[in-house]
Amino acid sequence: MENFFLAISLILGLLILLSLYRGVFGPTIFDRIIGMGFVGSKTLVLLVLMGFIYKRVDMFVDISLAYSILIFIGTLVFAKYFQRKGAT
Amino acid sequence: MSYLAVLLILAGTFFFTTGVIGFLRFPDFYSRMHATGKGDTLGAVLMLAGLALYNLDGGFSLGNIIVSIKLMFIGVFWFLASPTATHALLRAAFDSGLMPWTKDGKPVIEWPPKSGEDK
Repeated sequence: MENFFLAISLILGLLILLSLYRGVFGPTIFDRIIGMGFVGSKTLVLLVLMGFIYKRVDMFVDISLAYSILIFIGTLVFAKYFQRKGAT
Repeated sequence: MSYLAVLLILAGTFFFTTGVIGFLRFPDFYSRMHATGKGDTLGAVLMLAGLALYNLDGGFSLGNIIVSIKLMFIGVFWFLASPTATHALLRAAFDSGLMPWTKDGKPVIEWPPKSGEDK
């Protein structure tokens, strides 16, 4: 089962690298924001997988819980900040 | 129980992968949001549900049950939070004047509306 979790973590890391492309080279500012949110949601699952690999799920699940709230608040704050005419 | 967890985790990986492919290949911001907003939510919730199910495989002790409840709580919170963040970002993009992409380059709707009509 450990090898399965390692393989899933590798796939998730590859997906994070691919979606980081939009975060860096996105044409508009909103592409960059949603790219960072997309990276964050995969990091959320990756943290729990790391907990299963290191056999310390009870610690990593709290980090993941705090991180999910952080991503949500961050995206909302950025959306509110750029909600004006001509902010693209 | 372990086979069901593996199935859920693989389904979550599939939805993440389709979300990333749509995110890289779609032509404008709104269609990219269409790919990420759904693939993101369903992938994360499926993977967290599979991990919570796998965690219960080691026995129904109190610590295991609490960790599984926390994992399910992250899933429920993300199921509510991700569409909210997507909606807020979409509204912000539309208010800032970003027009949806069309094949011939003409706008689909008139925005802002002509004077005389209220918003």
